[in-house]
Formats: sequence, C-alpha cells, structure tokens
Amino acid sequence: MILAETMIAPEIPWSDLLPLLIMLGGACALLLFGTLVPNWPRIATPILTVATAIAAGVAACVQWNNLYYRKGYSIISDAVNVDRFAVLTTIIITVAVALGALLASAYNDAVNGDPLERYALLMTSAIGAIVMASANDLIVLFLGLEILSLSLYLMAASDRRREESQEAGLKYFVLGGFASAFLLYGIALVYGSTASTNISGIAKALNDRIVVGGSDAMLLVGIGLMLVGLGFKVSAAPFQIWTPDVYEGAPTSVTSYMASAGKVAAFAAMLRVFIVALGSRVDDWRPVIWVLAILSIFVGSTMAVVQNNVKRMLAYSSISHAGFILVGVEAAAHMKGNGLSASVAYLAIYTMLVMGSFGILIAVAGNGDTATTLDSFKGLAKRRPALALAFSTLLFAQAGVPFTSGFIAKFGVIKAAVEVNSYGIGIVAMVGAVIGAFLYLRIVVSMWMEEPTTEDTLEIPMVVNVVITLSVVFTLIVGFFPNTLLNAIDLVRFAPR
Amino acid sequence: MLSVVQPTSSWYLILAAVLFGIGAFGVMVRRNPLVMFMCIELMLNAVNLTFVTLATALSDINGQVVVFFVMVVAAAEVVVGLGIIVAIMRRRNGITADDLSALKG
Repeated sequence: MILAETMIAPEIPWSDLLPLLIMLGGACALLLFGTLVPNWPRIATPILTVATAIAAGVAACVQWNNLYYRKGYSIISDAVNVDRFAVLTTIIITVAVALGALLASAYNDAVNGDPLERYALLMTSAIGAIVMASANDLIVLFLGLEILSLSLYLMAASDRRREESQEAGLKYFVLGGFASAFLLYGIALVYGSTASTNISGIAKALNDRIVVGGSDAMLLVGIGLMLVGLGFKVSAAPFQIWTPDVYEGAPTSVTSYMASAGKVAAFAAMLRVFIVALGSRVDDWRPVIWVLAILSIFVGSTMAVVQNNVKRMLAYSSISHAGFILVGVEAAAHMKGNGLSASVAYLAIYTMLVMGSFGILIAVAGNGDTATTLDSFKGLAKRRPALALAFSTLLFAQAGVPFTSGFIAKFGVIKAAVEVNSYGIGIVAMVGAVIGAFLYLRIVVSMWMEEPTTEDTLEIPMVVNVVITLSVVFTLIVGFFPNTLLNAIDLVRFAPR
Repeated sequence: MLSVVQPTSSWYLILAAVLFGIGAFGVMVRRNPLVMFMCIELMLNAVNLTFVTLATALSDINGQVVVFFVMVVAAAEVVVGLGIIVAIMRRRNGITADDLSALKG
C-alpha cells in the first residue's frame, strides 16, 4: 500500500528548464497583456514573441556551453534529459519560433488583422516541441507531443475566413488524434513488456533480458504501433496522406513553422525512443525505417512533379526531406558512425531552408494565400529579380546542389549510411535526389524563362525580406564553410545511461 | 458444482484491443466529424484500459498514473476538436467529412 507520507516529491532544478519556462512566460505574458492592455500596439505582439524566442535560444546556448565538458544528465526523477541532443534541438526550435513569428506578422498584414492567439500558440507549441526533444519518459514524450499537436491543430485552422484553412485544421486534427492513439497504444504495450515507461528503464529491461527462441510479441506490436504514430508525425510515407492537404490549407506562416519545428520535434522524439530505449532491439525496427525512408523519398519526389500548386509542391518536397532524414536515422541505428549528428545537421539546415522558401511563398502569394499556383511564379525574374534569385538559391539548396547547405545535409546522411555499409539505401537516396531535382528545376525554369502573367509589382513586407535574407545567407555560408556548424553538431550526444 | 470463471488480465487486454479496433475502424468508415472524434476518444480509452490492466498484472503503480495523464490529454483534445468542428459547422451547416474536399491532389 502506498501512503502519502512515503511519496517524496522530486527535486526540480528550475535553471535546467529555463528555455521552456521562458517560452511559457512569453505565452502567458502575451495572452495577459495583449488582452488586458487597452490599445495594445499591433507591432508589439511579434516583437514580444521574437524576443521570447531569442531569450529562450540564448538560455539554451548557455546550457550548451555548460554541457561542453559533460555528457548530460537527467532531472526530475529521471523524467527529463538535459543533454546536448536536447539542447541543440531546443536551439533549432527557438530559431523556428522566431522566424515563424516574423512570417506570421507578414501573413497577418495580408489577411484578417492580427490574431494574437496565433503567436501565443506558436510559443505553447514550442514548449511541447522542447518537452518532446528532452523527454526521458514515454509519457512525458506523449504529453509534449500533445502540447505541440493541439497547438498546431488550432494554428492550422486559425484563418477563419478561408475554408481551406478550416478543412486543413479538421483533417489534421482527426488524423493527428488517430496517430496519437496509435503511439499511445504502442507505449502501453512496451510498458506491458518491460514494466517501465521510462526510456532508460526500458533500455535497461531490454538489455538485461535474454531472449530464448522467438521474440516477445507484445513488445514487437508495441514497437510497430510507435513507429506508425511517430511515422505519421514526421510525415513519412505511407503515413503522409495528411501532409499535402494540411500544408496547403494552413496559413503559409503556420505551414512554415509546422514543416520545421513540428518535424524537428518528431524526429528528435523518434531518434531518442528508438536509439536509446529500443537500441537493443535494433534488428526488429531498422528494416522498417529502411522501407519508410525509401518510400518517403520516392513518394515525395514523384508526387511533387505532378502538382501545379507551389505550396503543395513544397509539402511533397518536405515528405522527401523526411525520407532523407530517415536515411540518417537508419544509419544511426547501426549504433556507430555519424548517423545521429548527420540527422540533426539535416534538421538544422532544413529548418532554415523551409523558412526562407515559405517566406518567398508569402511574398509572392500576397493577399490571403490566393496566388500559390505555379502560374503566379511565372516570370518572377522579370518582376522581382532579387526575389527570384533568392528562391532559386533555396530551391537549388533543397535539391542538394553543391556550395549550398542542402548539399552538406544530403551528403552528410548519405555518407553516414555508406560508412556503416548501408550501401543500398545510400544509392537509392542518391537516385531519389536526382528525381527530386526535377521538381525544383521546374519552378526555377518557370521563374526565369517564362513571361509573367501579371504586371503587378510585388510589395514585399520588410519582415519577410529579413527572413528570406537570413535564410539565403545561412544557406550560402553553410554551403561554403560547413565546418563550424558541422563541428558543433558532431558534439551531439544522448545523456549516458 | 458450478465452477466460476475468473477473468484473467488477458481478457481485459483482448477487450481493450477490440475496443481500439472498433475505434480505429470507426474513424475510417464514419463520415460525421463528431462521430469520428468520438471514435478517437474510444481508442484513447481502450489504451487506458490496457494501461490499468497491465499495471495490475505487473503490480506497478506507474501504469495507473499514466491513465490520469491520458484523461487530461483527452479532455484537452475535446476542447480543441470541438472548437474546430463548431467553427466549421457555423459556416457550413450539417457538414460531413466528404464535403470537405477543397484540398486534394
């Protein structure tokens, strides 16, 4: 029997949770002051959001610095990790929040005023993403996932004047809830097999177990269901059906955030759960990752070719990027080599690319996301040459052309795969990259070689220019001088068990 | 003499699996957003039953604690889901999932 006196509350080292607390404080302050202060200036909302994200990012950088000579540790009764993997993911997420808030302020100019809630939800979803990345307990991970997902459902549906946005919100909600239930059932079955929901506990239970003849069916079904749930969240084929619809329907600023932070958090959770907790059962799940990676690369690149809406093309291209990151996960599953840091590097580079690309989409699409078809990109070089040049750079980077960050990212995951003798997946990934290049070239060709369909001059909001410039500069600098970034990311480690 | 059949924990696990299956099937075949939503709740509660059963079988308190977290998450999901559904219903009355087909391809 358990008495109240025997319960000892865990000690909570608040300073280790600082990035998370700053985000929470920012969200609360925004909701409180934004609704109570009369004549709350419109401009103050994005400024507060960006300032919060920067503060959280700085706090995470300080943590990174503190972890330089340590490998990481877990806090709050072993429920949350403070390790370089979690901290670096947090930094990527805070960057996504800052850029996402800038894009959101531009998007709102075009449509329906300034819904303050969208910024607050941006910050709450970042809390969920950070929790997911640092969770050391499957239930904490599930809570983080739900905090992230519930905020994203609302953000996707937040443009109430557009029917597409509401449709995207409902589709995302129903399919997201469906996938969460699968993940949770997987967690329950893994718990049944190992008597623990703690990631270290599961790893220990599985390591100590000696399997004689056959495998534990409950554990296998649990692993399978968790793969379905997380595969849905990272939008890996064949669980990608929701991605194009939701990405197209959601406001573009939300799509950019969903595609970056949402994917980063889901991949962080996937890496930690599968590599740390289920690392000793790697032979059971690595083939599945192999299949998911190849399917995602091919479904993403071939389906993108037949689209005529650029927003939808970028959605399919994000599916193929998920496939490339899964190549890195597969390499990491060999428990040696650089798979883990290659995946994280891909996520960091991809976040910057996707923000810039969707920023350009906001600049071109103008009022309320009306002009996202390929026709509205025709002859962009004649209307706004600088914008066309920037978009071409980002698209070449997504295709993996050398001297851009995208090349470094793709090269990293394929190299990691080859180093652990996964030649098959490396070759398939290279072929997939070639097919994918067709899509990006198609957009580039219509920008530079066709006549514009309209003579309107594009008014580009200043904040969007800032985001695009940051993204392009990052893409080129990392493309030419990748070592600073890669050396930092090579330090990424999970907390020791 | 009548022998009383004692339910074992596998009975409950099978019941939970069946409930989960019914929920998953419902999400896929039903077209009313509210009913689809109820089916997701059914899936979550099937998982709750699994957790409680396993916690009893393993005599471990953690599995029962999890259920409270899941219940809170389900309640939060109700708030968000009903919010989205009501927002859509106000624009277009009596809508089914098949009517939401502006996005495809």
